[in-house]
Amino acid sequence: MQYHLPENYDTFNEARQNGFLRVKKIKESNGLVAGIFCTFTPLEILDAAGIIPVGLCGMSDETIPAAEAQLPKNLCPLIKSSYGFALTDKCPYTYFADLIVGETTCDGKKKMYELLGTMKDTYILHLPQRHDDHALDYWTEEIRHFITYLEQKFSVKITEEGIRKAAVIRNAERQAKCRLMEMQKLNPPPVFGHQIYKTLEGAGFIFDRQETIDLLAGFQESAVEKYQSGLRPVREGSKRILMTGCPMGGVLDKTVKAVEDRGGVVVCFENCTGIKAAAPRVDTDAEDIVRAVAARYLQIGCSVMTPNSRRMEMLTDLVKEYQVDGVIEVDLQTCTPYAVESFSIRRLMGDAGLPYMVLETDYGKADSGQISTRIEAFLEML
Amino acid sequence: MDVFIGIDIGSTSAKTVAVDKKGTILRRLVQPTGWSSVDTAAAIRQQLRKEGIDASHTPCVATGYGRIAVPYADKCITEITCHAKGAGCIFDESDLTVIDIGGQDTKIIQVVDSAVSDFLMNDKCSAGTGRFLEIMANILSVRLDELTELASRGSDTTISSMCTVFAESEVISLIGKGEQKENIAFAVVDSIVKKVSSQAGKLILGNRRVCLTGGLCDSAYICEALSKELGKAVTTHADGRYAGAYGAALLAAAL
Ligand code: SF4
Ligand code: SF4
Repeated sequence: MQYHLPENYDTFNEARQNGFLRVKKIKESNGLVAGIFCTFTPLEILDAAGIIPVGLCGMSDETIPAAEAQLPKNLCPLIKSSYGFALTDKCPYTYFADLIVGETTCDGKKKMYELLGTMKDTYILHLPQRHDDHALDYWTEEIRHFITYLEQKFSVKITEEGIRKAAVIRNAERQAKCRLMEMQKLNPPPVFGHQIYKTLEGAGFIFDRQETIDLLAGFQESAVEKYQSGLRPVREGSKRILMTGCPMGGVLDKTVKAVEDRGGVVVCFENCTGIKAAAPRVDTDAEDIVRAVAARYLQIGCSVMTPNSRRMEMLTDLVKEYQVDGVIEVDLQTCTPYAVESFSIRRLMGDAGLPYMVLETDYGKADSGQISTRIEAFLEML
Repeated sequence: MDVFIGIDIGSTSAKTVAVDKKGTILRRLVQPTGWSSVDTAAAIRQQLRKEGIDASHTPCVATGYGRIAVPYADKCITEITCHAKGAGCIFDESDLTVIDIGGQDTKIIQVVDSAVSDFLMNDKCSAGTGRFLEIMANILSVRLDELTELASRGSDTTISSMCTVFAESEVISLIGKGEQKENIAFAVVDSIVKKVSSQAGKLILGNRRVCLTGGLCDSAYICEALSKELGKAVTTHADGRYAGAYGAALLAAAL
């Protein structure tokens, strides 16, 4: 089949053009691509259908002005940025996606998916927002519907065996991610948090699972080796910070880098790209594998859940395991679930005797100075 | 004699304090920050020289948003830490809550055992800061001190918007309606007091003394209105505006 590049292709820089060529190649060899936005997307199902899932979360403010022509200004930058990429054909994965998969998470995303649906084929999974059995029944059914939809749309067969196999390898990938993150329990940690985050993020754009696992394991082993041979980039006594809150790929430099440029070190990411999504595993021996997959996803402690006791429990454990000195929550502007929940987190951290600070920010640069001052003051306080 | 300098370059004014070994204030200087923090820092150095202090050979800590523009400072420390230190000494308390309404940002700082235990700062918009009051004073063609004085005589008017831009148009429409200046001033001050109080409410105030520092601490009315809104006495001090610089000087002495 013939695939065309977007009309404005010539205006893109080289890196972006290469991205387009890469995905075009996948398409030309009959690959199917699904664009996803959230850690609740049941990857095993897409894997078993032979569809490549790619995260489409917008991480830059480049496309926000375009998005604001249709979306309200006071909306989460992640939603605006993602939508803007779809509008402007600037993201190769969105452009070439055969399907967009969304979930009913926060209101902004839900409604954005509806609009996206007018441009691209979009399937929305209805995520229940509780962690109990009743919710699990519903979510399992919802995933079965999704399976039927995919089978019909793409004329593929999704077998139980296929899902089980996918779960085994996804579990292995999750384990590799966790091992990478867990080495930061060392004191001082072997590498800076920024590097961990970048490595995890990069892994999302490698489409061969074994290759991803090898890359993560390779990075981890070489970091620990260097550490043991005395090569320690992080100074002893650096204040150990845990990051929590919204997805932070779009504000990494303003937050994580700012912490690490000022003598702190991020030892743990509880966010989507970090531990909260990697920790839960699928019970691959379960009789009903679809239900087991569903169960794993329901264990993710995101603020769209209510009550979100998973996040509270996880944070309580993490601050101890990683010997954390302070907790910084990064909330994207107008993100209601996280902003409201931050009050409970403040209380939880207060009870644990840990300093806690919320940074509310967007993808712009205007507040970089203020954010750094706050981070600096926070580190001085520890 | 040993001298230590603290320089607080804020968004509207730059404060300098020199202390001796015991922490007694020897000199206070204040000047507008102007366009360039670098020029301001140079001007401060000159002025100190006139007073017989050579800044290059005196321990010096810089703070405030222009802190990195002071080439002769030995260390930069954030205004949060400096304010807490300075306020603790000015008010002679080891446990207190400091409210600092600055030109560009408003800070609420919780101090326990003479150390910062928690703090909040307003986000990037200017609502609830000195800048908000300045803009409103401009529209009413009065000085800042006149604005708060007017406010003390006004009543029963409110501005509903926290956003400076929207509040500005509300004020303009109040003027258009012929509302008395006193009442508009009252509404302006009332709005900032409510914003600051709700922010302060997020940090549990406990039984600690609440102290107001920063440029607005001279206004008896702001203090009174804040006390009313918070339901507890808010104290100020003539040296309140120097809290950041004073704290910086004390920290310079400890370098
Ligand atoms: S924060 Fe929650 S809703 Fe947003 S991407 Fe992560 S898991 Fe999904
Ligand atoms: S950060 Fe918050 S508002 Fe933005 S997409 Fe995620 S849950 Fe929704």
